[in-house]
Amino acid sequence: MTCCKLWILLLVPLATQVATAGPRVEHWQTTAGARVNFVETRALPILDIQVDFAAGTAREPDGRAGVASLTRKLVELGVAGMDETQIASRLADVGARLSGGVDQDRASVVLRTLSMADKRRPALDMLRAILATPQFPADVFAREKARALAALKESLTKPATLGSRSLWSAMYGSHPYGRQATPESVAALERADVVAFHGQTYTAPRATLAIVGDLSRAEAEAVAEELTAALPAAPGMAAIPVPQLPPASEERIAHPAAQAHLLLGLPALRRGDPDFFPLLVGNYSLGGGGFVSRLVKAVRDQRGLAYSVYSYFQPLAQMGPFRIGLQTKKAQAQEALEVTREVLGRFLAQGPTEEELLAAKQNLIGSFPLRLDSNSKILGSVALIGFYQLPLDYLDRYPENVEKVTLDDIKAAFARRVSPEHLVTVIVAGE
Amino acid sequence: MPTLSPDTTKFYQKRFMPMRQVRLIALLLALITSLPALAETFEKQLPNGLRIIVREDRRAPTVAHMVWYRAGSMDETNGRTGIAHVLEHMMFKGTPGAGPGEFSRRVAAAGGRDNAFTSRDYTAYFQQVPKQKLAEMMQLEADRMRHLTLDPGEFAQEVRVVMEERRLRTEDQPRSLLFEQLTATAFQTHPYRVPVIGWMNDLENLAPEDARHWYDSWYAPNNAYVVVVGDIDHQQAFALAEEHYGPLQARQLPARKPQQEPPQVGVRRLTVKAPAELPVVMMAYKVPVIRDVEQDIDPFALQMLAAVLAGHDAARFSKHLVRAQRLAVEADASYDPTARGPGIFYLHGSPSAGKTRAELEAGLRAEIDAVQQHGVAVDELARAKAQLIAGQIYKLDSMFAQAMEIGQLEAVGISHTQNQRLIEKLQEVTVGQVQAVASKYFRDERLTVAELDPQPLPQAARALSTTAH
Repeated sequence: MTCCKLWILLLVPLATQVATAGPRVEHWQTTAGARVNFVETRALPILDIQVDFAAGTAREPDGRAGVASLTRKLVELGVAGMDETQIASRLADVGARLSGGVDQDRASVVLRTLSMADKRRPALDMLRAILATPQFPADVFAREKARALAALKESLTKPATLGSRSLWSAMYGSHPYGRQATPESVAALERADVVAFHGQTYTAPRATLAIVGDLSRAEAEAVAEELTAALPAAPGMAAIPVPQLPPASEERIAHPAAQAHLLLGLPALRRGDPDFFPLLVGNYSLGGGGFVSRLVKAVRDQRGLAYSVYSYFQPLAQMGPFRIGLQTKKAQAQEALEVTREVLGRFLAQGPTEEELLAAKQNLIGSFPLRLDSNSKILGSVALIGFYQLPLDYLDRYPENVEKVTLDDIKAAFARRVSPEHLVTVIVAGE
Repeated sequence: MPTLSPDTTKFYQKRFMPMRQVRLIALLLALITSLPALAETFEKQLPNGLRIIVREDRRAPTVAHMVWYRAGSMDETNGRTGIAHVLEHMMFKGTPGAGPGEFSRRVAAAGGRDNAFTSRDYTAYFQQVPKQKLAEMMQLEADRMRHLTLDPGEFAQEVRVVMEERRLRTEDQPRSLLFEQLTATAFQTHPYRVPVIGWMNDLENLAPEDARHWYDSWYAPNNAYVVVVGDIDHQQAFALAEEHYGPLQARQLPARKPQQEPPQVGVRRLTVKAPAELPVVMMAYKVPVIRDVEQDIDPFALQMLAAVLAGHDAARFSKHLVRAQRLAVEADASYDPTARGPGIFYLHGSPSAGKTRAELEAGLRAEIDAVQQHGVAVDELARAKAQLIAGQIYKLDSMFAQAMEIGQLEAVGISHTQNQRLIEKLQEVTVGQVQAVASKYFRDERLTVAELDPQPLPQAARALSTTAH
């Protein structure tokens, strides 16, 4: 054992050296007021741009749940002078790809294009048009609303979706993070709702750009100016309210599925909160570290109760959730729930062991280069830093912030953030 | 709004390529051919038969390390379906040198991520690690290539985990069930009829000896190859491979029987009823796959056909079926030209509210009919090619994607050195060839149609109880 402990101790400082500094992130603001984060990387002829707006589901007006997602979809389906087919064809002609989506906080528009001027130019023109002159044609609106409704109704037959929706409702109640699109709310949406939501939220002060790839700083500045020039400089926005912690509860939902879905959670962590690193490191040992985590060992390895079991923190602009989840055949639901609660309870009472803490640090620090070994991974990190206004040296200091965490930090942070008296439980298709 | 108006016919009849696209493709091709300088690939075979393929990609201090075994569910026998995948799980359950859980613990301690996957054609294992850890990963993989413990207690436990995986991914997923039934109907003798995860009853009856037999049959250096992509000198990677994998002995491999599927003689149809909201229509046409990169034409033409039908948001299915006719809420086409066994070209989708499955099937058939009658436009094909070439460049952003590409080609007997030729062959596809494959293969005697008939939840999903405590 002595040799092994020594081996671990030697590895940690080594890993810290291995973890090179993050990419150089440059930051500025465009004339219109959008914030920009840029990383120049020339190895591949690729340019990635992510535009994030504070236009997620938490920003939807009361009674308009579903409008954020529909708005995001529609911005790329018709701009001044071009219909959806022309837009998609023009992008396809130069091999460019448009993606994105919506979560509680953000609506994202992501462009990947080749960086040669004759490919990049048409692709950027299209992105600019999508940001500046979306038309929301009435017939496209009607069609996309019908498709959204069909997809929503389909998802409401699935135990995983039903469970997740109930969990968010139970965790957040009437707080904007608890808001869920329903068939009724989507059916009631009108084109004017989309136009109004877009006008209020797709604005320069709410926008952040992440630009990564084969471009100089000067070129990146010109691109950012051009993309954001037409965005309205609407006034700033109200902060999302602080969620109230819910009382502990247990909800059971009937479903004919073969497996029960167990979900536990509570509002826990804001982006930029100093508890982030203790919770990240601690959760690695609880349920974040895959096969080496306590939950996987107890639920899967020792008892064969589930294929997948995990815990994670999802930090948001306001307290985002801490979640635990697993699926097991109906008859085992109660046993799995008891095992999960016991593992969590013991972890909250005792924290990780010294050995677990070392293992967590080794992995989180050692794997740091893997977080940044492609342009698309860098884009994701830089977009996050920009949107949540994290420090520009966030990536550089990530390894040392992990290294600094102590057992006491973890126990204290979990005691503050994961209190069983606020933990809600949802069981779908249990017996 | 684009509609199926008379000028659509004109669109189909256009036969000249606009200069813009010609230049684009020439430029992109030149770019691709110049990229190997950025990511050079080397290969070596050890005396025990193991091949090592190394692509140097120095953009970040990490490597992807993969071990591929040429044994997948198509090599299983009746009553033992799922054993390839169960063995994959057992590979994490220890050797005499590294006990249960030790493999994952050491990968995690190395700052790595690891996993494995089983397909019909192969079983593969991978780690993504900081480059200093490659030697340790090779040592771990070489150890479990020949020294797996296969403890009966661990086996019994792990089969329960796999049954949960089957419940999660198949039993409770109506679309997976539909796909499983479709495959089992389209193929009656070829082992592709069997789901990779195995039939539940077979899983319930697997024994540790089945795993031992599978492992001893297929896990040998002469049935495996190693793919390394990342910040590593190829000579150094070869030396490490020799040190760790070199001492393993080659073994006699079992004979593989062809088990060819006899010709189908008419359309086959099936229905799956399961709790869902949206109906699904899935059409499977039997088509060829690549067997000879130089001689084959049809698989490449089929690949371009899939791209013209559903390769991007302005492709035909989206433009016609989803947007113009509003017949479908989603419609897709897919085809994988590489497989050890026979190939399938899939058309699938879900009808819009108020439209029936039969109407959607007719709509999908009409799209194929249009290609059979009028072919595809030159600029449509050019657009599909531009997408494809750009995709090849984007793939270079991910070491894992590059390793996957190499591994998957090798798994079906295509050398990674032919990857460039595959792309050139796609470039050479003509509108005439696309029309020809549409006519040749999209016939009822090659077709199986599966329909998901959605059933309301027996008792509408509802809260049984909510208790505060």
